[in-house]
Amino acid sequence: MSKDIRIKKGLDIKLKGKAQQKLSSVSRSKIFAIKPSNFHGIIPKLTVKVGDKVNVGDVVFYAKQNEQIKFTSPVSGEIKEIVRGAKRKILSVKIIADAKDTYKDFGIKSPSKITHQEVKKNLLESGCWASIKQRPYDIIANPDDSPKAIFISASATAPLAANPVFILNGREKEFQAGIEVLGKLTEGKVHLSFNPADASFFNDIQGVILHKVSGKHPAGNVGVQISKIDPVNSGEKVWVVQPQDVATIGKLFLTGKYDASKIIALAGSQVESPQYYKLIQGAQISDILDGKLSRDNSRIISGNPLTGETVILNDSVGYYDNEISVLPEGDHYSLFGWMPFFGNDKFSMSRTFFSFLTPKKEYDLDTNLNGEDRAMVVTGEMEKVMPMDIYPMQLLKAVLIEDIENMENLGIYEVAPEDFALIDFVSSSKIEAQDIIRQGLDLMIKEVG
Amino acid sequence: MDLRKQIDKIKPHFEKGGKYEKYGPAFDGIETFLYVPNHTTKKGAHIRDGVDLKRVMMIVVLALVPATIFGIWNIGFQNMGEGQSFWAYFSFGAIRFLPMVIISYGLGLGIEFAYAIFRGHSVNEGYLVTGLLIPLIMPIDLPLWMLAVSVVFAVVIGKEAFGGTGMNILNPALVARAFALFSYAAYMSGNTVWVADAVADGVSGETVLGALGGNIMPNTSVMDMFMGYMPGSVGETSVLMILIGAAFLLFTGIASWRIMLATVIGASLTGLLFNAIGSETNILFNFPWWQHLLVGGFAFGAVFMATDPVTAAQTTKGKWIYGFLIGVFAILIRIVNPTLPEGMMMAILLMNVFAPTIDHYVIKSNVNKRKKRLQKVKA
Repeated sequence: MSKDIRIKKGLDIKLKGKAQQKLSSVSRSKIFAIKPSNFHGIIPKLTVKVGDKVNVGDVVFYAKQNEQIKFTSPVSGEIKEIVRGAKRKILSVKIIADAKDTYKDFGIKSPSKITHQEVKKNLLESGCWASIKQRPYDIIANPDDSPKAIFISASATAPLAANPVFILNGREKEFQAGIEVLGKLTEGKVHLSFNPADASFFNDIQGVILHKVSGKHPAGNVGVQISKIDPVNSGEKVWVVQPQDVATIGKLFLTGKYDASKIIALAGSQVESPQYYKLIQGAQISDILDGKLSRDNSRIISGNPLTGETVILNDSVGYYDNEISVLPEGDHYSLFGWMPFFGNDKFSMSRTFFSFLTPKKEYDLDTNLNGEDRAMVVTGEMEKVMPMDIYPMQLLKAVLIEDIENMENLGIYEVAPEDFALIDFVSSSKIEAQDIIRQGLDLMIKEVG
Repeated sequence: MDLRKQIDKIKPHFEKGGKYEKYGPAFDGIETFLYVPNHTTKKGAHIRDGVDLKRVMMIVVLALVPATIFGIWNIGFQNMGEGQSFWAYFSFGAIRFLPMVIISYGLGLGIEFAYAIFRGHSVNEGYLVTGLLIPLIMPIDLPLWMLAVSVVFAVVIGKEAFGGTGMNILNPALVARAFALFSYAAYMSGNTVWVADAVADGVSGETVLGALGGNIMPNTSVMDMFMGYMPGSVGETSVLMILIGAAFLLFTGIASWRIMLATVIGASLTGLLFNAIGSETNILFNFPWWQHLLVGGFAFGAVFMATDPVTAAQTTKGKWIYGFLIGVFAILIRIVNPTLPEGMMMAILLMNVFAPTIDHYVIKSNVNKRKKRLQKVKA
C-alpha cells in the first residue's frame, strides 16, 4: 500500500560541495568520545570510571530520568577521560580504542519470532534505544510508552544532506530486519517514506506502509511526513528512527552485535573532494577531516548546514548526524551589502538579488547572518516554507511569551526544531526559530510532561 | 583612506565601557547602514537568506521611485499648465517637494535615533519607507511646520509609543495624514490645496473626488486619471507609476499580492453594487465602479499602505479578508459619507485596528480543527 505525498511549500537550497557517491573508510581513530549533549535533555549517570575496560556495547552511562535508557561504547578500549564542564557537567566520555574491537554478545535472534519484551530489552541493553526518538518533544523515546505509529524517513532534502539510499546500499537485509523488529514496538503501523526516484530500492521492503514523498525541502523531514500521514494529537506519541539506525538495529538482531559503524557524507564548499566515509560512531572530527579542507577560516558542522551543530576538530561526530558540512565563516563586512541587487553571490527566497536568474546555480554560502536581529516585521515569509498545518509566527510568539495553552492550541506537539530550520534561514528579521521551538518544547516537557 | 579602518578605530569608544557608550545605538545605526556587519550565525541554521530588513525596506523605497518622480513632475505641470519643458516642471516640483522630504526624513530619523539611544536598542529601518510615504500622501501646499508636527506625532504616538518598528498598530504614515487632516482640515481638503500656489495663481485644483463630492460629474478623461495628469496628493495621482511600483514589489516577493488583489476585488464589488442601485441625488452612486480604482488615493493605498506587513493581517486567509474589507470601506466612505470625499485612508486605518481580530478568528479555525481531530481520536 502506498500513498503519495507532495510538498509544495518549502525551499531547496543548492550548496556547492555536495558529496560524490564514492565511499572510503576513515582510518580508525585512536580516541572516541560519547557526548551526552547529543541526547537532548538526558542527564548522564556514569557506570564506568577512568581506566575501566569496555567492549563494544558495554554501558558507559544511563539516563538519570529513566534508568532503562542506556548509552554504550561504540568501540572496545579503555576509558581515558571524563571531560567535565561548569558544575561538573559531563561534556564527554573519551575512550582509547583497542586496535581491534571485541563485542559484547547480545545473542542472535530471529526478528520474526521474538516478542515485544525481548526487542525492547535488547535495544535498551545495546544502547540502540537512543536512536529511537519520539514526537512530541524530539527527545529519546520513553520505553514505557506505546507509540501510535513509527515513522522512518528515507528521504533527505536538506542542503548537503547524505543520500539515504547510498548509505543503505548493501544493507537491505539489515534494514528489512530492523523494520521487522521496530514493528514489534507498536500496535500501530510502521511508515516508511522515500523519494519516488528511489522506489526500486524500497518497493520490496515488507511490513511497512510505503509513502512516496516528493517536493521541496522540508519534504524529507519526518515531522512534515507525520503531519501529512497521521498527525500527533495531544497525549499521543509517535516514534521516529533514521534509516541508517534501522539497519544498525537489524544487524543487532541478525548478528547479536552492536555495530556502531556508520556512513556519513563529508560535504561543503570548503572540502577538497566531498564524498562519503565509513567510520565508527564517536570518531574524532580531526581524523575525518585530516587534510581534506581546501581553505582556511571554516566552520565545521556536524549535521547539515540548516540543523547541524558547530563542532571543533577534537569533537566527535554527532550521534544522530549523517553528514559533516564545512562552510566558510562569514565574519566579514560588506559595504552597502543591503543594497538591492548587489552582492549576487548570495541566495535568497525573495527576488532581491539577481541570483533569481540562475535557479540551478550551486551557491558557496558562508555563515554571515546577512543582517541584524530585528523585531518580526515581514509576514508571510515563514508560511512559504512551512508545509505543515501550523501558523509558524503565531506559534513562535506563543512560545516567546510562554503561553502554554496557546502553544498547545497552535500545535507545539507536532513540531520539532528541525521543522523550523528553514524559518531560521528565510527570516528577514533573523529570528532564531529553531532555538525558540526547542525552548518551547522544553517548557512543555517541564509543565505538561 | 580606508573607511572600514576609520570606523574600526573609533568603534571602541561606542562599545560597552567606551567613552560614548550611550550613543552606541546611533553609531551602530550609521555603521550598519554603511556595512552589513560581520555577525555570523550563532544558533540555529548556519546559513541565512541574503535578505534583511534594510534590503526589504529599500525595495519598497525603490518601488516608490516612479510615483515620486512623476509626482514631482506633476507638481510643476499642475501649477504651470501646458507648454513647458519637462525640466521646468520637474525643477519647480523638486523645489516644492524636497523640503517636505527633508523635514520628514530629518525629523523622523532624528526621533528614531533619539529613541534608540534613550532606550538602548538598535535603530530600525522601518522609517526609511515611512519617511518617503508621508510627503507623498500630503497636499503640496501644506505648510512645512504642519508637516513637521504631523511627522512628530506619527513617529512618537503612532510608532514609538507602541515599541517601534514591528510593534505599531496603525500605519505611521497614515497616522501622520490623519493627524494633519483632523488638526488642519482647511489645509488638507478643498479645491485649493492640491495644486501648488493654486490660490495665488488662480488655478482650479479640484480633484475628481472633490468634484464628485460636490455632486458634479468631473470632466477628467480616463486617460488623465490613469496617467495621473490631475491634482491630488503628490504620489497618488499616477496609477501607471503606482502599477510599475506594484509590479516591482510583487516580482521581488516583498509585498503581499493577496492584499492588493483583495483590495481591488472589494472595491470593485462595492462600486458595482452602488452602480446597480443608482441614485438621483448622489452622483457618486453613478460614478463608474472601475474609475474609482483610478482616482484618489485608492491605488497608492492598496499598493503601498494596505500591504504594510506590520499593520496588516498576518495570516494568509486574514490577508484576503483584510484587503477585501479595505476595498469595501474605501468605496463605501467615498460614496455615502458626505464629509470625507476620499475613503482610502480611513478604510486602511480602520482595518489596521481590526487586523488582529481578523487573524484571531482565522487562527481559531486552525485551533478548532486541531481540537476536533483530537476529539475524533478520543471518541
